[in-house]
Amino acid sequence: MLHLVNKSPFESTGLESAVRYAHKGSPILLFEDGVYAAMAGTAYEDKIKEIMSDHEVYVLKEDLAARGIADRVVDGVKEIDYPGFVDLVEQHKTASWA
Amino acid sequence: MGEEEKAEKLMIVFRKAPYGSIYSFEGLENVLIMGAYDQDISILFIDDGVYAIKSDMDTEATGIKNFSPTFRALEAYDIEKLYIDRESLESRGLSVDDLVIKPKVIEADEVEKLMEEQKNFFMF
Repeated sequence: MLHLVNKSPFESTGLESAVRYAHKGSPILLFEDGVYAAMAGTAYEDKIKEIMSDHEVYVLKEDLAARGIADRVVDGVKEIDYPGFVDLVEQHKTASWA
Repeated sequence: MGEEEKAEKLMIVFRKAPYGSIYSFEGLENVLIMGAYDQDISILFIDDGVYAIKSDMDTEATGIKNFSPTFRALEAYDIEKLYIDRESLESRGLSVDDLVIKPKVIEADEVEKLMEEQKNFFMF
């Protein structure tokens, strides 16, 4: 199952819940304000690295760019574009965590 | 529904507290609507969603309708597949004895499995 997160980890428990209920190996996709979780140098960086030991973490490039943080993504987070987003959603059943 | 039509597995997931937003109430409305169509319905309570079925609610002074008793009517709709996440309950200082209904207590790793089993599920 693909877990979609669109809220900042500083505002919402969406990512935390996604990680708690996701099986090991289930991918997580950050988009809209969810992309802030993938930013380097934040208080959340260690947490996202820990998450990456059990899950592929994808982030939507367009939403990073819109927020001015396209050049500050944590190493190991996989950047995808809109067509990549569509491909992922086509391949999985999805759960949205706001 | 005709006999040739197969009931679909559908699940409503409650994950927000009841009165601070409309999610929980809308979730319950959706359960009742789906219940009218003889579908194979499951209900899952996780995160703050567990607060929706706390017993002893008294909303009178707030002017908001207490909709928790409606959960007790689910049996009349033949909705009996009720699940609740143990950690969500326990971390909020609650147990099944504090609830208006008695869902089956499950572990966090059973949540994704339940979701995968459904034709579709809806989070509120």
